Amino acid sequence: MQNDNLIEIEQLAFGYGTRSILKNINLTAKRGQVVAIMGSSGCGKTTLLRLIGGQLKANQGVVRVADESVGDLDRDGLCRLRRKMGMLFQFGALFTDMTVFDNVAFQLREHTDLPEDAIRDLVLMKLHAVGLRGAAQLMPAELSGGMARRVALARAIALDPMLVLYDEPFAGLDPISLGVTGNLIRRLTDTLGLTSVVVTHDIHESLKIVDYIYFISEGVIVAEGTADEIRASGLPFVHQFVHGEADGPVPFHYPAPPYADDLRLGGQRA
Amino acid sequence: MICDWGGSVLKQAITNLGSRTLDALWTVGLAMRFFVTVLLHSGMAFRRFGLTIRELYFTGVLSLIVILVSGLFVGMVLGLQGYETLQTYGAEESLGIVVALSLVRELGPVVAALLFASRAGSAITAEIGLMKATEQLSAMEMMAVDPLARVVAPRFWAGVISMPLLAALFSAMGVFGGYLVGVQLIGIDEGAFWSQMQNAVDFERDVLNGVIKSVVFGIAVTAIALFEGYDAPPTAEGVAGATTRTVVTSSLVVLALDFVLTAFMFRGIG
Ligand SMILES: Nc1ncnc2c1ncn2[C@@H]1O[C@H](COP(=O)(O)OP(=O)(O)OP(=O)(O)O)[C@@H](O)[C@H]1O
Ligand SMILES: [Mg+2]
Repeated sequence: MQNDNLIEIEQLAFGYGTRSILKNINLTAKRGQVVAIMGSSGCGKTTLLRLIGGQLKANQGVVRVADESVGDLDRDGLCRLRRKMGMLFQFGALFTDMTVFDNVAFQLREHTDLPEDAIRDLVLMKLHAVGLRGAAQLMPAELSGGMARRVALARAIALDPMLVLYDEPFAGLDPISLGVTGNLIRRLTDTLGLTSVVVTHDIHESLKIVDYIYFISEGVIVAEGTADEIRASGLPFVHQFVHGEADGPVPFHYPAPPYADDLRLGGQRA
Repeated sequence: MICDWGGSVLKQAITNLGSRTLDALWTVGLAMRFFVTVLLHSGMAFRRFGLTIRELYFTGVLSLIVILVSGLFVGMVLGLQGYETLQTYGAEESLGIVVALSLVRELGPVVAALLFASRAGSAITAEIGLMKATEQLSAMEMMAVDPLARVVAPRFWAGVISMPLLAALFSAMGVFGGYLVGVQLIGIDEGAFWSQMQNAVDFERDVLNGVIKSVVFGIAVTAIALFEGYDAPPTAEGVAGATTRTVVTSSLVVLALDFVLTAFMFRGIG
């Protein structure tokens, strides 16, 4: 009997050096769901995705993907897992020395023995899905930021993975591409039966497409629920995110000494 | 009080020196480990030799012009200077020997390696460093493709293969330059120029040793360039600094290695 949860994260803690970023994260993603992770900038969302992808090792706790503890896998195990995983990087991370076509074809060429005809068809299908079939022969330097991200999306799903991690797929997209990309993520998840983890700031878009949402703040999950639950909850975090307020439970500022002290206003006030 | 101050400065200086030395040793250790890891990941560079050939084009073919032109000029200067000196002994017919031996034994491998370091080495460092800074290497890792095998090893072998060829071309151009100046410009007897050269240059002692030198330099320069790129902090300054370090370090290493190799080859030390 297959485990219903593709990703299970238990009591995960992680820090860079002595600075602890994630303190106690418990998170699950069911197969076939779109799960969103939200939180303010710098709260450790990208870090969390890297932990799931096995690029970073947890200090405490476990990350299980498809019943395998990612931190304990050896190189071969990690490779095997990653072949079934796609990741959309925050800034695209396209290979700048290859055309858009070759970028999307990269994994097909590295991991399969498909003939070039079949690769061509598959690549054009993926590019068509993100609306960039016409850009196949462009170099990444000739793309806009939003286009690059859509190409990166096509590349992430090239091998039809079971799990796709999206790091801010909506950032820098115009409203049309944004809606299309949102629907694409939903549709891919449903039709290919994959599981999607979406890191995003865009609560409006994500409420439309996701099944479950986690809010991270200061290294812990501060709220979670289905889209409806979150919408209905009126939680202060959600309110702050929806209305884009600087004041609220989610801090806008990176930890710092009091503003007045930094500006050396202390003396004058006294 | 003053004594105390002096003591603390001295202590500071010694601490600094110590920590710098430790840092340097640490880096040398990392570089060695990197070098061995690259060797262990070289399978793909040979199995899919197309990857290496592509890099041969970028490191070797694109360095051709600079190597050929420099070789010609160095040879012409050797012709002029050699003639000046030999003439005083009435031995100007031996010009061919002087030109050929200095090129094949020393200037060919060394100057070609220095040019290679600044032309191809810096390009390799910048490229790898930028690939790292823009997360292309991370992305490749997440696609279960090892960047050491796919990106680094082909560049390493391309460098090792192209260095002796470039050095040989440098020497050939240099001999031609010496011929132009000695025979065509100054008017030394052509037959004497070539026949003395042929008699004096020994294949094993001179040519083979020169080739061995340039292979060693190729390994050193390419490995340093790749290590600096791979180790560079993922920022613009980081990559810029690494590029400079590649040129400086590999030039120093080439000159130092040249001394060691010459000592072993021509003085029979050890
Ligand atoms: N390589 C690193 N070394 C040290 N600290 C890092 C490193 N990468 C990230 N950090 C720190 O970890 C914290 C979390 O970074 P992360 O990139 O995960 O944030 P994020 O939630 O993805 O933010 P954003 O929404 O802006 O992308 C940041 O405060 C950052 O300063
Ligand atoms: Mg991020």
